[in-house]
Amino acid sequence: MPKIKLSEKTISQIKEICAQFDNQEGELINVLHQVQSKLGYLPAEVQEVIAKELNMSVAKVYGVVTFYSFFTMLPQGEHPISICMGTACYVRGAEQVLSEFKRQLNIEVGETSPDGKFSLSSLRCVGACGLAPVVTVGEKVYGRVSPQQVGKIIAEYQEGCPSEAQSA
Amino acid sequence: MANYKMHLLVCGGTGCKASQSGPIRRNFQTQLEEMGLEQDVQVIHTGCFGFCEQGPIVKIQPDNTFYVSVSPGDTKEIIEEHLIKGRKVERLLYTDPNTQMPITESKNMDFYKKQVRIALRNCGFINPENVEEYIANEGYAALGKCLEELTPEQAIQTIMDSGLRGRGGGGFPTGLKWDITRKVENNQKYVVCNADEGDPGAFMDRSILEGDPHTVIEAMAICGYCIGADKGLVYIRAEYPLAIERLKTALKQAREYGLLGKNILGSEFSFDIEIRYGAGAFVCGEETALIHSMEGKRGEPTFKPPFPSQEGYLGKPTNVNNVETFANIPPIINKGAAWFSSIGTEKSKGTKVFALAGKINNVGLIEVPMGTTLREVIYDIGGGIKNGKEFKSVQTGGPSGGCLTKDFLDTPIDYDNLLAAGSMMGSGGMIVMDEDDCMVSIAKFYLEFTLDESCGKCTPCRIGNKRLHEILDKITEGKGTAEDLTKLRMLSHVIKDTSLCGLGQTSPNPVLSTLDNFMNEYEAHVNDSHCPAGQCKALLQYQIDDEKCTGCTLCFRICPVGAISGEKRSPHYIDQSLCIKCGACFEKCKFNAIKIA
Repeated sequence: MPKIKLSEKTISQIKEICAQFDNQEGELINVLHQVQSKLGYLPAEVQEVIAKELNMSVAKVYGVVTFYSFFTMLPQGEHPISICMGTACYVRGAEQVLSEFKRQLNIEVGETSPDGKFSLSSLRCVGACGLAPVVTVGEKVYGRVSPQQVGKIIAEYQEGCPSEAQSA
Repeated sequence: MANYKMHLLVCGGTGCKASQSGPIRRNFQTQLEEMGLEQDVQVIHTGCFGFCEQGPIVKIQPDNTFYVSVSPGDTKEIIEEHLIKGRKVERLLYTDPNTQMPITESKNMDFYKKQVRIALRNCGFINPENVEEYIANEGYAALGKCLEELTPEQAIQTIMDSGLRGRGGGGFPTGLKWDITRKVENNQKYVVCNADEGDPGAFMDRSILEGDPHTVIEAMAICGYCIGADKGLVYIRAEYPLAIERLKTALKQAREYGLLGKNILGSEFSFDIEIRYGAGAFVCGEETALIHSMEGKRGEPTFKPPFPSQEGYLGKPTNVNNVETFANIPPIINKGAAWFSSIGTEKSKGTKVFALAGKINNVGLIEVPMGTTLREVIYDIGGGIKNGKEFKSVQTGGPSGGCLTKDFLDTPIDYDNLLAAGSMMGSGGMIVMDEDDCMVSIAKFYLEFTLDESCGKCTPCRIGNKRLHEILDKITEGKGTAEDLTKLRMLSHVIKDTSLCGLGQTSPNPVLSTLDNFMNEYEAHVNDSHCPAGQCKALLQYQIDDEKCTGCTLCFRICPVGAISGEKRSPHYIDQSLCIKCGACFEKCKFNAIKIA
C-alpha cells in the first residue's frame, strides 16, 4: 500500500481526540471510533500516531483495528453500500442481490469502485428483518430488494439525474 | 398526558423507520398544526410494535385503532376521517387472512392474541424519549421499592424465587449470578449490560433499547444496589445509532430526575451508567471477550474461572446480563416472584422474546410465555408459511443453534426442551425455512458466519471450522463422498469438545443438527448429485422439453458458452458438459420449455 503523508492538521486532530480520552490505553476503541468517524478510515499512518499518543505499540493498535469488523483500513466510497447477510435476509435471497451488486459495480466485497463513488460490504443484521432482504446505502435503508432493483438503486446515486432514476 | 384528547402512536422501530415512519410522523405533526389540533392530539414516536411485516404502523388512542402499512400520503385522510369525523379508514385496517374481515384492535389479531408482553411491555406503548411516560407506567417504582423497602439480599431473593434465567442464550439463573457477585468482597464492582446483539436475525435487544430504554437503566441500578456496585456500563453495538441516541437521552433524563447519580431518591445509594461501544465482533457476546473489549483490547475470550463475578472489568467483580434479562427485572420486583414464576414451564419461567423471520407470513418481534409450542408460534402467531409453501425447518439459537424439523413443532419452547432437541434458546432468533431452502447450504451459511467471527485464538475453532466449511462446500458442489459425511460428524464433535469459549463449542451445531434431521438431503447431494431444494447451482441440470420447444433459437443465441444447439423450428438441446448453469436460457424462454431437473 502506498505511504500516505498525513497533514499537520490531521495529526493534530488525532492528537486532540487522544487527549479527550486522557491518552489512556484502555480508551483505544473509543479513540478509534472517533478518529474513523472523522477521517473515514484508519490507515497504518494514522494508527502510528495513535499508538504514540496512547503510549502503546503499533502492533497492538493494529491488532485491535483488524479484530473488529467496524474498523477499516481502506477508504470507503462516497456511497457505502451494505447488503445485509443476516439469516433472515439470506433465506429471502440476499445472496442473489449481493452478486448483482458485485456484477453491476464490478467490485468485490470490501472494495471501492475506481471512481471512488461506491464501496461494497456485507453486514450482519440491521434489525429490519421484516423488510428482508435489506440493503443500506449510507444511512438510507432499502427493504425487500430484488436483484432487478439493483440497477435502480445504483442509478439513484449516479451523478446527474437522481430524480429520473427514481421514477424509472 | 392528560391534556391531550388523543394520541397518535407512530412506530419508530428500525423496520418502520426504513419504510418512512419518520415522514409519516412529520406529516401528522405539520397537518395537525395547520388545522390547529396540536393541543388536542399528541404525536408520539414509539418503539417497535413488533408486527414488522405490516409496517409502518400507526396506533390511535384511546380507541386503540391499529393502522397498518401506512404511507406518508395517508396522514391527511387519517386526521380528517378518523380524528375529526370519527370514521375509521377501512383500507388501512389489518385484514384477517382467514376471514378476510378487517380487524381494528391489535388485541384481536392472531399475531397478538397469544402474546404476553413483559420485557416488551412498553415497546410501542410509551414515548421512549420521555421519562415521564415511563414513570406513569410504573417506571422506577421497582427501584424505589428496592431502596425503601428491600435489603439487597431480599431483592436478590425475589429474583431467585422468580426463576428468571439469562435471556442472552446461556440461561444461567440471574438471581444466583447476582448473589455470587454480591458475596465477592471488593470496594469496586461493576454492572454491565450486554447490548452487543450479534446474532443475525435477532433484534430484540435493539428494540427494547429503542422502545423502552429506561427499563434497562432502572434494572441496572437495581442490580447495582443488590451487588454493591456504583457504576454501570452498557456495551452496545456502534451499528445501532438509534438505540444509542435513545439510551443517551434516557440517561440524561434519569440524571435530571435524580434517578441516577449521587444519593438516588434520597437514599445512600449512588449509581451512574456509561456507554461503551462495540465494534462488530460476534465473539464479544461472550462475557470475558466483552470485558476485554470494554478495556480497549481485542475481544478474545479467556478461560473461566476466574468468572467475571470474581475478576471482571479492570479485574473487579462484574455482573454481566443482557438487555432482555434486565427488562424483566422491574416487573418482577413490582409484581413479585410468585406472579412471574406462575408463567412458563417448570424450569423456564416467564416469557421469551423471539424475532420471527424468514419464510413466514408475519415477520416480527413477539413475546410468548415459555412453554408455548413452535406450532403456535409459527402458525398461530406467525400466520404460517409464506406463499402457501410447505414448512421444512425452523432454526433457533442463531449460529450456535440448530435446525428443527416438523417433528418438533409440538415441542413446548423452553431452555431444556430446545437443548434436548439439538438446538438451543440462544438470544431468540427464529428463522423459518420452507421447501425451497437447502439445508446443506444453510449449514454452510452458518459456518461462513462462524469463520468470519472466530477470533482465531483456539485451533479447533479457527482451523476446524474452516475444514468443516470446505467439506460442506464440496458437498454443495456435488463432489462430496460418503466418507465426508462421517468426517463432518467426527470433526464437529472434536471442535465442540476442545474449543475454549461458547462460540467454538457451539459452532458445529448447525452442521450436527442438519446431519441429524436432514440426512436425506446430505445423501441426495452425495449419492445422487441432486439438491432436493434445487438451490445448489452446481447440481442443477437445465433440460429442454422437446414438446414445448418451438425452435425459436432464442436460447441458442443468448447462451454465453454455446452449450445449446439445434435447428430452427425443431427442438433444441443443451450439452451438459458445456453448460455453466447461468440460467439465462431458463429466464428468457417464452414457452417454458426449459426445466430444471
